Amino acid sequence: MNMKHILAGALGATLVAGSAVYAGSHEAQQGRDGNVNIIYWQAVSILNPFLSGGTKDIDASNLIIEPLARYDEEGNMIAWLATEIPTVANGGVAEDLTSITWNITPGIKWSDGTDFTSADVVFTAEYCMNPDGGCQQLTSFSDVESVVAVDDLTVTVTFTKPKPFPYGPFVGGTSPIIQKAQFENCVGAEAPNCTEQNFNPIGTGPFMVDEFRANDVVTMVANPNYRDPSKPAFASLTFKGGGDAASAGRAVLETGEFDYAWNLQIDPGVLADMAAAGNGTVISSYGTAVERMMVNMTNPSADLGDLRSTLEGGPHPFLQFAEVRRALSVAIDRNLLAEVGYGKAGTATCNVVPAPAIYASTANDECLVQNIDLANQILDDAGWEMGSDGVRVKDGVRLSILYQTSTNAVRQDTQALVKQWWSEIGVETELKNIDAAVFFGGDQSSPDTFQKFFADIEMYTNLFDGTDPEAYMNSWTCAEIPNPANNWLGSNMPRYCNPAYDALATELSTTAAIEDRARIVREMNDMLMSEGAMIPLVHRGRVSAHANSLQGVILNTWDSEMWNAADWTRSE
Amino acid sequence: MLNYTIRRLFFTIPTLLFISFVIFLILDMAPNDPTGNLPMTIPPEVRENIRKSLGLDAPMYVRYLLWCNQFFINEPLNLLYEWFDWCIGDCENRTRVRSWSTRSPVVDLIVERMPQTLWVVGMSYVVGILIALPIGVISAYKQYSWFDQIGTFISMIGFSVPTFFTGVLLIVIFSVWIDQDSWFWLPSIYDTTLVVDSWGNFWLQVRQMIMPVMVLALYNAAQLSRFMRASMLDNLSQDYVRTARAKGLKEKTVLLVHVLRNSMIPVVTVIALSVPQVFGGAIITEQIFRVNGLGQLLIIGIQGADIPLVQTLTFIFAVLIVLFNLVADILYGLLDPRIRYD
Repeated sequence: MNMKHILAGALGATLVAGSAVYAGSHEAQQGRDGNVNIIYWQAVSILNPFLSGGTKDIDASNLIIEPLARYDEEGNMIAWLATEIPTVANGGVAEDLTSITWNITPGIKWSDGTDFTSADVVFTAEYCMNPDGGCQQLTSFSDVESVVAVDDLTVTVTFTKPKPFPYGPFVGGTSPIIQKAQFENCVGAEAPNCTEQNFNPIGTGPFMVDEFRANDVVTMVANPNYRDPSKPAFASLTFKGGGDAASAGRAVLETGEFDYAWNLQIDPGVLADMAAAGNGTVISSYGTAVERMMVNMTNPSADLGDLRSTLEGGPHPFLQFAEVRRALSVAIDRNLLAEVGYGKAGTATCNVVPAPAIYASTANDECLVQNIDLANQILDDAGWEMGSDGVRVKDGVRLSILYQTSTNAVRQDTQALVKQWWSEIGVETELKNIDAAVFFGGDQSSPDTFQKFFADIEMYTNLFDGTDPEAYMNSWTCAEIPNPANNWLGSNMPRYCNPAYDALATELSTTAAIEDRARIVREMNDMLMSEGAMIPLVHRGRVSAHANSLQGVILNTWDSEMWNAADWTRSE
Repeated sequence: MLNYTIRRLFFTIPTLLFISFVIFLILDMAPNDPTGNLPMTIPPEVRENIRKSLGLDAPMYVRYLLWCNQFFINEPLNLLYEWFDWCIGDCENRTRVRSWSTRSPVVDLIVERMPQTLWVVGMSYVVGILIALPIGVISAYKQYSWFDQIGTFISMIGFSVPTFFTGVLLIVIFSVWIDQDSWFWLPSIYDTTLVVDSWGNFWLQVRQMIMPVMVLALYNAAQLSRFMRASMLDNLSQDYVRTARAKGLKEKTVLLVHVLRNSMIPVVTVIALSVPQVFGGAIITEQIFRVNGLGQLLIIGIQGADIPLVQTLTFIFAVLIVLFNLVADILYGLLDPRIRYD
């Protein structure tokens, strides 16, 4: 290596601090490491994330199109196509919190060689906010009044009300920028008809589409106009889909045909056996996902007809009592559930907001240790007497629970274990599982959706995107209760209605300082937990795997898993 | 025969229309929802918007008639336009049957997937037939011999062991245990983008086809060889066989000319009736090896409640089944002089 190379290497290393370690060992030029193979067990359907909310579609499109800012692996916001994160301190966010101004990094080009400008950003907002487009990422643009280009490299987003957290639009993998010139004629009702555009978006990211086969495979090549000429290290990329999680894991860890496998939700023991083959590494990371039980505070009895599971139908015959909810919670061994079902990808939790760290409360840790005796004690004290059939009764009400969830091996294991523990405290449990597409689908005619909640307890995982839980915490306000009047659209499954909680939600929406916001969120979390509206079980992480020769992978649960693919390299 | 064929073809039209309606009705009543598999972070109001943009708020009969218009009128017109450049009506902006998950025309998706399905599933039928016929013939001729016993045993295994077991077993042996540099190593994942333009790529194509083809061929051969054996046994005890032998014909001629020809009649029908299954793909095997053909397309459509896709695919399968039933009936008439339709 002569002096020139050493200098170039050193320069490259200072420019690209993140991947400095790997840049040194290679000639710093694009496409030096050949092909990288990625396998997702769900196949990519479309490369326009505004028309598909599926994680696989968002992840694949994030190799091509990018947002103005992203979250890093610790949940910190980092400027991506913007020069810096706008804040009140640097003048980017208005004092009254109603607008935010983004400055775009000069010199960024689309993969077709044209300039990336504020017009593209404005267009992206118009595209998604068009009422006829059926945009699936509309949440990112909630409360946006207008998006205006100040000049070629400056965009101002104005909100209809003060937004303490104005980082919805253009931040994170779910809100990337598409090219105006390409999508100009695809707005509104025309959006789905633009197959060519939806399958081959032009982007600013490290890769561009070579060939796309819907629901099968995407092949990509390096973007020659990428802003860093030394990246990506791979000249081409194959994004294969289909099959199941176990065989995806096998393709990376055992046969070595693929370099990266996504979301390996498989039996922890099986995964450990695969990893023992030594071809690859299993990586995991925790976001905000929590597997939890929702407790129905209203009466789901079929006798009520149209009033089933509504506030009008009256409170639940026994789950209305806080002591019953507490007893159910302390009877569960969460550590065992996490170990059996999730392995490296789960830890016991007693909070519905387990992360980011500043929002996580420690006030509810009683439930971390299973205590059957305490549960029995609680029920005895409250006057629930053990009947001759082993089921407790009080005033003619039997503790008999219908416990529903989606069809999924891990969930059915969890159900079986919980049923056993609850039988030890005199609670009878009937188990039910429903196909995920039905359970999570919103079909108005189906009685089995999680919104209708015609059961006593239901279990699933929920999470929030990015790092701000405001919208998530709003899920449990009175206005969010699903009922026939709002077509069962609402996310307050427990039908929890508490004016004190609603007051905190209002306070949160007007508070800007992060410490205050964190305090309010913790208070709301503790209120939900101490009242037992939900029984959190397991804080779930994401588990993926990569080949040992693939370097630079940083698993990120706050953004797209492909967020730093530009920095990936191949070691010898 | 011609009259019969025309009459039968005429009757298929109401049959198929009825089938298409029944499929639509069943899909509509299924408690499935296209937004069911979206991440939980998408709120209910946005989901409702998505459903509206897919046209799900229209009444059922409107959606059915729209589909009929798109499938029976617009799609054939579009084919004419793309193949022959014949333009009838508004060629550029014709509304076609679009899948909800990919937002692309369903017919284009099917055309894209046809090659791998025909190669893998079709080849498995060819291999299956080539294995099954000799085994069936020999097993019947030497009934209860060791060959017959082993053949019966193997076909019972092929018939009763599911493909998701044999498939994974083969992957563990040939992709995991065998070293990747070895000649015997086979890829566990099918590369649908591979273009066969050289001997090297042809070899790769053969290698990636071996496992899925063998898994399916074992299953098909098991079924077919039992049929062949039974049919041969029926014929071997017939009077005409004794006559042929009495005439002094060589045993080979008796077996391969007289008996085999007559025994093939029911077997050919079975083969003809199973041709639509080739197009239907092999859902499980395609999933295991990620062949991503028509079977995988169907299962993804079902899981994602992609109703236009499922409706169109199932209807095309229905058309094939109806047509090949007709083909089988006609073949029967051609092969067996005793059967006449007119």
